[in-house]
Amino acid sequence: MAATALKEQLNGLVNSMFAEGLLDEQFQQLQMLQDGSNPGFVAEVVTLFCEDSERILADLTKLMDQAVVDYSKVDAYVHQLKGSSSSVGTQNVKLACIQFRQFCEENNQEGCMRALNVVKHEYYHLRSKFETMLQLENRIQAYETKQQN
Amino acid sequence: MVALHKGTGLSRLWKSRDQQVQQPKHYQQQNSQGGGKWRKKFLFVGVLVGLLVSIWIFLGMNASIITRRKETLANMCDERARMLQDQFNVRMNHVHALAILVSTFHHGKNPSAIDQKTFAEYTARTAFERPLTNTVAYALKVLHSQREEFESQHGWKIKKMEIENQSPVEDDFTHGKLDPSPDQDEYAPVIFSQEAVSHVISIDMMSGKEGCDSILRARASGKGVLTSPFILLKANHLGVVLTFAVYNSNLPPDATLQERIEAAVGYIGASFDISSLVEKLLHQLASKQTIVVNVYDTTNSSAPIRMYDPDVTGAGECHISNLDFGDPLRQHEMHCRFKHEPPLPWSAITTSLGVAVIVLLVGHIFYAALNRIEKVEDDYCEMRELKVRAEAADVAKSQFLATVSHEIRTPMNGVLGMLRMLMDTELDATQQDFAITAQASGKALIALINEVLDQAKIESGRLELEAVPFDVRDVLDNVLSLFSDKSKGKGIELAAYVSDWVPEILIGDPGRFRQIIMNLVGNSVKFTEEGHIYVSVHLVEEVKSSCDVSNQVKRNYEDGTDMSYNTLSGFCIVERWKSWENIRMFKMPTEASDSVNLLVTVEDTGVGIPQDAQSRIFTPFMQADSSTSRTYGGTGIGLSISRCLVDLMGGEIGFVSKPGIGSTFSFTAVFREGRKNAVDMKRHHPDPLLDFQGMRGLVVDGRSIRAEITKYHLQRLGIRVDIALTPKSALSAVLEACNANGTGHLDVVLIDKEAWGEHSGLAFMHPLAELRKNDMMKPQENLPKMFLLATSLSPTEVDDLKSAGYTDTMMKPLRLSMIVACLQKALGVGNKRQREKGQVMALQSLLNGKQILVVDDNAVNCKVAAGALKKYGAVVTCADSGKAAIEVLQPPHKFDACFMDVQMPEMDGFEATRHIRSVETKVNGLIKSGEASSKMYGNVAQWHIPILAMTADVIQATHEECIRCGMDDYVSKPFEEEQIYSAVAHFFEPDTVESIS
Repeated sequence: MAATALKEQLNGLVNSMFAEGLLDEQFQQLQMLQDGSNPGFVAEVVTLFCEDSERILADLTKLMDQAVVDYSKVDAYVHQLKGSSSSVGTQNVKLACIQFRQFCEENNQEGCMRALNVVKHEYYHLRSKFETMLQLENRIQAYETKQQN
Repeated sequence: MVALHKGTGLSRLWKSRDQQVQQPKHYQQQNSQGGGKWRKKFLFVGVLVGLLVSIWIFLGMNASIITRRKETLANMCDERARMLQDQFNVRMNHVHALAILVSTFHHGKNPSAIDQKTFAEYTARTAFERPLTNTVAYALKVLHSQREEFESQHGWKIKKMEIENQSPVEDDFTHGKLDPSPDQDEYAPVIFSQEAVSHVISIDMMSGKEGCDSILRARASGKGVLTSPFILLKANHLGVVLTFAVYNSNLPPDATLQERIEAAVGYIGASFDISSLVEKLLHQLASKQTIVVNVYDTTNSSAPIRMYDPDVTGAGECHISNLDFGDPLRQHEMHCRFKHEPPLPWSAITTSLGVAVIVLLVGHIFYAALNRIEKVEDDYCEMRELKVRAEAADVAKSQFLATVSHEIRTPMNGVLGMLRMLMDTELDATQQDFAITAQASGKALIALINEVLDQAKIESGRLELEAVPFDVRDVLDNVLSLFSDKSKGKGIELAAYVSDWVPEILIGDPGRFRQIIMNLVGNSVKFTEEGHIYVSVHLVEEVKSSCDVSNQVKRNYEDGTDMSYNTLSGFCIVERWKSWENIRMFKMPTEASDSVNLLVTVEDTGVGIPQDAQSRIFTPFMQADSSTSRTYGGTGIGLSISRCLVDLMGGEIGFVSKPGIGSTFSFTAVFREGRKNAVDMKRHHPDPLLDFQGMRGLVVDGRSIRAEITKYHLQRLGIRVDIALTPKSALSAVLEACNANGTGHLDVVLIDKEAWGEHSGLAFMHPLAELRKNDMMKPQENLPKMFLLATSLSPTEVDDLKSAGYTDTMMKPLRLSMIVACLQKALGVGNKRQREKGQVMALQSLLNGKQILVVDDNAVNCKVAAGALKKYGAVVTCADSGKAAIEVLQPPHKFDACFMDVQMPEMDGFEATRHIRSVETKVNGLIKSGEASSKMYGNVAQWHIPILAMTADVIQATHEECIRCGMDDYVSKPFEEEQIYSAVAHFFEPDTVESIS
């Protein structure tokens, strides 16, 4: 009973994220990839994404704080973040990254700072949702294993 | 220099590379200018030297002329002096002889044999010998002691000469008034004289100082002695008196002074008229006119006495010659000078002037040449600079185009992606329509940008054609399928035909070939509202050999008795042969070579091109007229690109067009014939041909051309095809097929919907249906499958079809794949290879158990890709960098395929791929040469791992780059099943077919 409720909650959450534009169809693809043989796939990918993104964001913040900004480095990082976000299907982060890269190419420091803040904002917003999502999944899984036992 | 600075200033604006190019030029320019200055200096010095030389020549010549003149003067002067001397000497000798005569006959005889009378007579008679000796007189030496005796003997007193004028008085008028000579130790009274001067008799010669001097000197020296010149009374000329002493006959030659004085007994005096002498002498000589001669007595050097001085004044320098008249005490000189000023040295002047003029002329010529050179050099430098700038501008333009195109594409990808996402969301019909339109426009924009990029590439000559094997028929099918929607929408008939002569596999650039055809067909589709578009491919040789092509076309026109032309759609068309009339390949004899010359014609029944616009349609961005772009859109760049591409393929493009009738474009292209079953030939349809091999078909169509096209498509499948042009023959053939025992067997019958006009295709079945109703026909199985060929079908017609007895319809344009699908469905062949199982299954079967390496630096990406592939049963390994991939893919390895991210730090996908390929080539080489057994490398003789690029960028350029560096294909990120399938299918299909079947 609780499991179905949790699942509904999870579905609701994901749907709201889709509606909000946080996620795109790529995330659906991810979900489709998750099946019996590969139960924790989404969670795994999301966790990986979060770790990766946090590291990149930390690096980016450091880079941007420097007096002379090395835009090529910044660009490489943003590209990486864009890649991973598009793989996971976190649309808003991806779009923010695209914006960021444009500022990067223009060597526009102010724009970059703004874009970084947008990316951070989007990311933290997303992360909170993801955290909820992961918690839900964990609980579902816990229930399921319990039930199996 | 200002321009120069500007130039460098400008160059600074360019990139450093350009600066490097300009820098040396800058120096060069300076050098050349420096050179010009030096040359001018040299020239100036040269001209100066030349002028100096001319002056030197003048001076030299002038000096030599002056010297010569001087020499001439000296010679003439010396000559005159010598002659004067000679003449004088002759006279003197005569006087001397007279002295000896007197000595002999007056003093030697006693009594004297000479008296005044004798003397006068003698002298008068010998005067011819002394022509200028005016007078001769003889004075006797009388001592004071003898004076008395002497005076008395002669009966006159010794008279004294006038003292006043210090000259011997010879004036007979004053004779009587002369005083007697005062007492002296010695007297020299004249006793004999010439008749003319007889008045001097009795005058004491020693009474004058001059006379005394000369007498004393003559007596002492025994030689002739001259007085200083004085004016001769009679001649009124200057003259001199020559005095000789007369001695006793027995005077020894070496007598002392005293002896001489004592031996002297008298004195002979003779006066000379020097001026007459000189005058006469000069008269005898030539060129007396040219010089002036003066004779001076210079005994008293401070006051020379002029002895001969003509009135004429000379000019120029004077030459002095000494005269020796035999009197050592008296010195005479002859002064000569030219009468006239020396003439201007014309020869010297002209020569030197000539030299100067030549020098100046040459200098001028050189100067002009130098100026010219300088100008040309300046121009050259300017040109160079302009050229550099123009090139830079061109480069900048191309770069700009490339950059801008690229920059536009990046956001366009975003737009397109977003649109696709938008379309996947729930939209109502209108929104969906908007989104579709937007996406279509976006795609058109991308296509346009690609075209612009192509144009830029072609202009910069960077476009290179591939040489890969391809199938022309496939290319045409491909093009037709792209335009099928549009043509269907407009109700235009679209068809392609490839002649049997054209080899199946050609080697060339299929992409570009396709682009040309697409441009032409695209234009045709755009400008055609009704009728047809017909693409045909022939060999040039084929068309040439059927030399009556034009006639045939003409005949077809004339045959059009049934009011419609024998064309694809029955519409009138332009005379297509005219479009290739001007192509060179048709005029030249064909050379035997392995090249395949294709002639492609695209014929339409569109609006045509206005006559006045026909000349410029191949110009970029130029459409027939500006209203065209408003009506039909487009940039007009397509034809220009097409022409460039055709040029690159060694062909030519031509067209003929009539407004209102249509246009036909033709182009030729040169390819090489390829081997069939070329290894890396990409097959888009895995041999469906075999399924239909040996079948028999009938094409029923009233228009032969259309029937031929249908036949061509069926023949590609290996179906033997007959054509029935009339309903009657068609019906009989079908009936025969139903009844016969194998000879007239037919598997398929294709009937055009408009075989003999509107709806005739459907009507064709009515007789058959009637027959069937009347049970005149054999059971259904024997009836061949009937297909209706149609461009468009209305829903009611679809309903009618089945009832009329048709198995199915084939929608035109006919394409191999479409026909195959249709036939397979109808005939039930090829079921064993159903694709309907779904691509998931197919992918599963393709990828199951395959070892796949995913290379991506992004862990998340890697994970997702791996997850996607794992889903289909592949065994996935991840590598996080290009280097790691190279290491893992060092042969021998176990991988079946590799997905490589393009953009990675350190070593990107392209570089890694190149590296992997080079290692593979090396290993393959080793195996081939036997240096390493294939066992060492896992029993694989030929190492080539399929590498698929993964990229978010789906533009053409990236794709090209992928292929260039040795990748096999590319998939866009994030993965799409379809794409993975089509990419992977190339590599794994053969295996799968076996494993499934």
